[in-house]
Amino acid sequence: EGAPVSLVRARWLQSVVISVTPSRALVDETFRVAVQNLPPGSPVTLHSLHRSEDEDLWEAFGHYVSDSRGTVSVADDFSFGGTYTGKEAMGLLWSMSPVPGSREGLRLRKKNVCIPQLVNISVYGGHVEEGFGERLPLASTLTERWHLGPGVRRIEISERGVRGTLFIPPGPGPFPGMLDMWGGGGGLLEYRSALLASHGYASLALEYFTAGELKSADKEFSYFETAFNIVREHPQVIPDRVGLFGLSLGSLMASYLAAESSVIEPRCCVCVSGGHLYPRGANLQQLFRAYSSHSHKLRVDEHNREIWRSINLPIPEDLSQKLDVGKINCPMLLVNGIDDQNWPTVECAEDMAHMMRAAGKEHLLTRIEYPDAGHLIEPPYSPHSRATKFIKDVILLWGGQTKPHADAQEDSWRNILAFLQKHLYCTQNPKAKM
Amino acid sequence: IFFYNCTISTARCCVKLSVHPSRGLMDEKFTVLVQNVLPGFQLTVYAFYKCEGGYSWEAFAHYTASATGAVNVSEDPSRGGTYSGVEPMGLMWSLRPVPGSKSGLRMRKMNVQTPMEVTISVYQGHLTEGFVDQVPLAAVVVERWYMAPGVRRIPITEGGLTATLFLPSGPGPFPGLLDLWGGGGKLVEYRAALLASHGIAAMALDYLTPQITKETGKMVDYEYFEAAYRVLEQHPQILGSRIAMLGLSFGTSVTLRMAVYSQVIKLRCAVCISGSHVQPIDGSHLFVFSLLSFFSNADKTRFNEEQHVIWRDLLMPIPTDASLKVDVGRLRCPLLLVVGEDDQNWPSYESAMDMKEMMQRAGNEHLLTVLSYPNAGHLIEPPFTPSARAIMVLWGGEPVAHSVAQEDSWRKTLVFLRVNLYGGSQPGAAASSHL
Repeated sequence: EGAPVSLVRARWLQSVVISVTPSRALVDETFRVAVQNLPPGSPVTLHSLHRSEDEDLWEAFGHYVSDSRGTVSVADDFSFGGTYTGKEAMGLLWSMSPVPGSREGLRLRKKNVCIPQLVNISVYGGHVEEGFGERLPLASTLTERWHLGPGVRRIEISERGVRGTLFIPPGPGPFPGMLDMWGGGGGLLEYRSALLASHGYASLALEYFTAGELKSADKEFSYFETAFNIVREHPQVIPDRVGLFGLSLGSLMASYLAAESSVIEPRCCVCVSGGHLYPRGANLQQLFRAYSSHSHKLRVDEHNREIWRSINLPIPEDLSQKLDVGKINCPMLLVNGIDDQNWPTVECAEDMAHMMRAAGKEHLLTRIEYPDAGHLIEPPYSPHSRATKFIKDVILLWGGQTKPHADAQEDSWRNILAFLQKHLYCTQNPKAKM
Repeated sequence: IFFYNCTISTARCCVKLSVHPSRGLMDEKFTVLVQNVLPGFQLTVYAFYKCEGGYSWEAFAHYTASATGAVNVSEDPSRGGTYSGVEPMGLMWSLRPVPGSKSGLRMRKMNVQTPMEVTISVYQGHLTEGFVDQVPLAAVVVERWYMAPGVRRIPITEGGLTATLFLPSGPGPFPGLLDLWGGGGKLVEYRAALLASHGIAAMALDYLTPQITKETGKMVDYEYFEAAYRVLEQHPQILGSRIAMLGLSFGTSVTLRMAVYSQVIKLRCAVCISGSHVQPIDGSHLFVFSLLSFFSNADKTRFNEEQHVIWRDLLMPIPTDASLKVDVGRLRCPLLLVVGEDDQNWPSYESAMDMKEMMQRAGNEHLLTVLSYPNAGHLIEPPFTPSARAIMVLWGGEPVAHSVAQEDSWRKTLVFLRVNLYGGSQPGAAASSHL
């Protein structure tokens, strides 16, 4: 008291050091956040802040107490409160949510993968709950989170009527390939393919309808087959090692291709939050009309958020309403959240298993289901959104609770990469080969 | 990042190559791992870099896979190549111009806002040449950055200065530092950018070829350095009482001169690399001009790497005449001297010993720390900067010892700066307070 504020602050501030290691990393890599030169036993708040491409602010924070050496290590110490608790090395990322006063129904998705996500990590004195913007931190540092690894090439694809972006890993190749499809929100989202390429897969992020224009989606089956062939025929892709990756509607398309295509042969298929409910012989337009005919079953919750889960329950017995998954001949990995409020993915997975078992194909199927995880199972450390705006101003309930959903994202990604490695890269013992 | 290579139907095994971290600072180490080869498999790990000047640089090492079919460059010995033995960062510091390149090349990144992109590949067998004609088993790209995320680069032209200020990430305030290179001139930013990545607001200063000298033909003098110091001192995000100066080679001459004789510059501490205190002290502020005319007959308006003047011969033996040396007995701040004992360019080691003696006689020797490295040469740069034999021929030093000196001295320089710039409210023991 009495001393000029800046002087007091300077003496206190000038030695506190915060570090994030590594300061630049891929989005699925962990980091270590550490603070040093605090007085021992001090309560402090670790805070993360990110300004999205849409100019929304996202934040997370944890309450810590420095140890006898005056340090805090997020990877090793307990958070006693905040947006996450416990020992959570990556809690400052996955527990992020829009700051108070933000627009409703936001979802964090990277559009430009050529530049990183910038996250500011700060340390504040005391256990702060709000008003971070009005306070000065003791120290802060910036960290970069990349979807694109160094040397990965990005190629815009607009050929044979197909639109998308192909990502090729660095090196001589050739590489296994991937056709990567997102869901009903449409548009062209590159971030998962960029990340897959950073792990050694030549991946094509496919645009199959314009963002927000679900009802006008009119691509025929052949569009997807052509897209698959574009990957397969690329000089740096191993033609018999091309897989399918889909989430939500994209997952349904992946299953459709695996079951019904006579033109393409996927080596394996990753289906996240998908299903098999698809009137046989229908195109996308007809599919949506079929779903719309059940819209009277749509429910809303107490906040007027739409729950689509029940639209297609119970799972029909009528085989003509379902993909003939018994015809699938490649390994399938189904990743679902048990609290999925958008789609009855677990019920579908159960039924798919039943159908594949009847066809003697059960050995091809691997199912992973996560309690309290929702529909949007994204790459690890992405923030969880229980409900977001979908098309126009409708808010959809996706489900999931933040911590279990974050765990599901981390665990499923590890399983997905292992599955892809097993089926798309050599696995035989090199001793046998040389 | 992990990469495999697999051909479809052949019996060729799949090599997995990874470098972690794939994006790091220039002074950080990385781990290169090769996996999924046969035990005893012979391979060459190869690094390739095309510098800003368009020249190609390469480094390579021969390894033999372990019983588990892996090579870890950080732990396994290289059996030959541009480095041998266990050298975690050998692929960086042993980079050399590819055969057939022009001589005298030195790798200096001038644009610090983009990373150095190094391609690391693995080839079958123990190769020593013709890498360009072979297809590697796998390759990855590693980015090496001089600027940490959030570091801000601010060109400074006020007061007639030609300088660039790098502010660390965060709200500050930060201690400051004036960063001076040597006789080659130009505005060289990479060390200042790295220092800012470590929390010090560092200003790289061009004092031999600044705009003002190009326009007027006149060399700068005290006022120029004092103006630079003032920019730091008055900056709202810099702690005016915690400013250091770091000089290499000719920059040492300037640093010592200003530390002792400037009425304006009050340093918290100083770091002098590969330089000397020997210079005419004649009370003139036109000291840079007089330094150069004392030392050399070379055309003072041209500074480039080809002008390789051997200062050693001109400055030895170290004079006993006080008017020919900065009176380091009058220093009031901690001083760190970094010298290579095989410096072929300046008599750094001899100068350091003489300075020590002068400070002992004056009673301020407790301010002095000398880091002296056997077999290190003149250009003691931040770690993992190439110190290949071709460069050593000009400047002295043996590559491995020089690389060790760079790594060790940088770490200790950062500690020295941190202790003196960040620590406590009092600077070094008996240094009086300019604060």
